[in-house]
Amino acid sequence: MAERPLKILLDRIDEPGLNTLAVYERRGGYQSLRKALAMSPEDVTQDIIDAGIRGRGGAGFPMGRKVSFLPHGDMDKYLVCNADESEPGTFKDREIMQKNPHMLIEGVLIASWAAGTTRTFIYIRGEYAYQADILEAAIAEARDAGYIGEKILGSDHTVSLVLHRGAGAYICGEETGLLDSLEGKRGNPRLKPPFPAIEGLYNGPTLINNVETLATVPAIMRMGGKEYAKLGTETSTGTKVVSVSGDVQRPGNYEIELGIPSRELIYGLAGGPPEGREIKLWFPGGSSSPVMTKDDLDIPYDFDSMAKAGSMIGSGAVIVIDDSHTVLEVAKKVAKFYAHESCGKCVPCREGTNWTVKMLDRIESGEATPMDLDIMASVQEQIIGNCLCVLGDAMAMPIGAMVEKFRAELEAEIEAARERAEGADVADVIPVGVADEHAGPFPVH
Amino acid sequence: MSATDPGGRVQVPRFGHGSRVPGWDTAVDLTKDPATIPDPATTPVPPQLKEKIVQAMAKYPDRRSAVIPALHAAQEEHGWISPEAIDQVSAVMRVTPAYLTSVATFYDMFFTEPKGRHDVFVCTNISCSLLGADEFFAEMLKAAEGHPDLNVTSFECLGACDIAPMASVDGVYVGPLDTEDAHRIVEDLDAGRTVLDHKQLRYRRSTDPGVIAEEAGYFAPDPAKTDMADTAGLGPEGDNVDRPGPTAAIETPTEQDENNG
Repeated sequence: MAERPLKILLDRIDEPGLNTLAVYERRGGYQSLRKALAMSPEDVTQDIIDAGIRGRGGAGFPMGRKVSFLPHGDMDKYLVCNADESEPGTFKDREIMQKNPHMLIEGVLIASWAAGTTRTFIYIRGEYAYQADILEAAIAEARDAGYIGEKILGSDHTVSLVLHRGAGAYICGEETGLLDSLEGKRGNPRLKPPFPAIEGLYNGPTLINNVETLATVPAIMRMGGKEYAKLGTETSTGTKVVSVSGDVQRPGNYEIELGIPSRELIYGLAGGPPEGREIKLWFPGGSSSPVMTKDDLDIPYDFDSMAKAGSMIGSGAVIVIDDSHTVLEVAKKVAKFYAHESCGKCVPCREGTNWTVKMLDRIESGEATPMDLDIMASVQEQIIGNCLCVLGDAMAMPIGAMVEKFRAELEAEIEAARERAEGADVADVIPVGVADEHAGPFPVH
Repeated sequence: MSATDPGGRVQVPRFGHGSRVPGWDTAVDLTKDPATIPDPATTPVPPQLKEKIVQAMAKYPDRRSAVIPALHAAQEEHGWISPEAIDQVSAVMRVTPAYLTSVATFYDMFFTEPKGRHDVFVCTNISCSLLGADEFFAEMLKAAEGHPDLNVTSFECLGACDIAPMASVDGVYVGPLDTEDAHRIVEDLDAGRTVLDHKQLRYRRSTDPGVIAEEAGYFAPDPAKTDMADTAGLGPEGDNVDRPGPTAAIETPTEQDENNG
C-alpha cells in the first residue's frame, strides 16, 4: 500500500464506534490532554501560536493570538465552541461532531486549560439534533471517565462543559450574536470593541472558536506546534476540511493540505461537474465569499492566495455551479437567504438585503434596465463595513462580484426578460412610441 | 394581474392592517396592560415540563440562558409555542411573557402558530436548489396538502449539502431526494416507519479518497475487546447492509494519492 495519506481530522473517521470513548481511547485519545495538563498553560498557548493555526470558522484569525488575548488572573472566564454551522455549503463540523465527538471535546478541554477558562460551552445549531445527541452522550462518557469535572486527571484544572442547542438562526454563528443567544436573548450581534476576549459571555472574557479549529488542537499537542506548522503554506498552516457541494460528481468533505490548487480539489477530489457540463462560477468559502469563475481554478486554496485573488476561503465550503444554471438564479437564492436571516438591527443590512432581492426580482419580471445593475452595485458598496457584524457584507460581497464578473450575462438576462414581458402585457401599459424614451428604472403609466 | 380601481390605476395589495409591509398583522392590543409574570400558584405546569426547565436553568450561571432549551421543551409538550406554553415557561423561569415571545419569534425552529406534529424542513438554499430542491419542495407541499399532522416548511441551509437535495424529517436528515420521495415520506410517517431508511445521512460514509483508501486496509476491530455502539450510524461490523442509491459507499477513485498535495 502506498504511503498513508495525511489525515488529521478525518483520520479513519468511518471507524465503527469511533464516537465512543473506548474506541477513541484505543486510538490514543485524550493522551494529548494528559500531555497538555503536564505543561503550563503558557507553554500550551505557545504551542498553539507556533502551530500558526488560523480560525476555521470563516474569519481566519490565528487561534493562538486569540488565546493570548484573554486576560490572566482570577475571574470567571469562558470558552465557547461555535458549532452553529449555518454558512450555506458548509457541513464539515457536522461530520466531525457526528463521527468523532471526543476529538472536539478533547480540543475544548485543552484550549480551556491554555486559556484558563473553567466554564465551557458548545453551542450547536438546533437542527443538528442527531449530532447533538451524539455529543451529549460523548460528554457524559468523558465526564464519567474524569476528563470533565473538578481537578481533572489529578491536575489543578477544573472545567465544566455544557452543550447548548440553538433554535435555527444563521446570525447565531456570528460570535457576538452567538453570545447573546447563549445568554437567552434574541441573537443580535453586539458592537465591537470590546471584543469577546475582553468582554464576552456574561460580560466575562471569552474565547470563541469553531469546531474544526478546536478539534485540531489535540493533533497540535501530539505533533508539537512547530511540526504542525510545516504542513500547508507558511501563512496558512495545517490541513483543512473542505466541504464541496453543488454541481460536482462526488460532493462531500475532503481534508486537504492548505495550498493545493483549487482545480485539484474540485476536479481531482470532488470529480468536477457532471459529464458534458462546465463550471460557470464557484464560491470558494461559503455563499458569503465573492464568486470565482472557471479562470480562477488554478489559485492555490489557502487563506492568503484566495484573499489576494479578491475572495476568501471563509468556512471552507466550495459550492460549484455549472453552466446549466443562470447567474440570476444563484444571485436570487443568495440574496433571499441573507434578507431572511438579517436580524434587523442595522439599517444598511436590513434594508440593503431586501432592496437587493427586490431589484433581482425586477430583473426577472422584465422591469429592470442595465442601470439597475449600477444601482445594485452601489447598494452593495453601501452595506460593506457599515454594520455591527458582517452578515450584510456576506451578501454584498458575492452579489457585488456577480454583478462585476457576469455583467454581460445579467444584461442579456434583463433584455430577454424585458422582451418576454413586453410580449405579455407591458404593451398595454406603455403607449407605443413612448417605451423607448422612458426606459428608465421605473415603470411608466 | 393586480386589480384596478375605478380610475384605472393599479391597486397596491395591502395587508389587513392597511400597510403594504407585512409583519404587523399580530400587533399587540394597546388598550391592555403588558402581561406580567403569571403567578405559579394559579398556573398549572405539567410536572415533566417543569422538571426539564428547572434542570436546564441549573446548567447555566444565569437562568435566562435556559430560555431556548425551555422553549424547546414547551414546544415539544404543547406542539407549538402557544400563549399557554409561554405562560407556563414564564411562571417557571420568572421572566416576562413578552421577553419569551420576543425570543420565540426570532428563531426559525419555534412556531408561534399551531402546526402539524411532524416537522418536514426542506432545505431550499443554494446547494440543494441547484440539484432540484425547489421542485422537491413543491412536490412535498402537494403530497402533504390537507394532511393534519404535517408541518412542511422550506428552510435555509441545514448543513448537509453532500446529500443535496435534502430534508430534515423530525430532525432526521434524509437525501438525496427526488420528487417521488415526497410521497414516500408521507407514507412512512403515516405508517409510523423509519423515514426513508436507505437515504438517511447517518449511514453516509466519507467520500474523501484518502479516508477510504486508509480504511480499506485498516479496520479490524476486535468485537470481543471493544465496546461498540452504533450511534455513529454504523453497526459493530460496520455498515454491511446493501443500500441502493447514491448514499451507499462510493468506489475509491483510481488516483489514490491525488490529495497528498
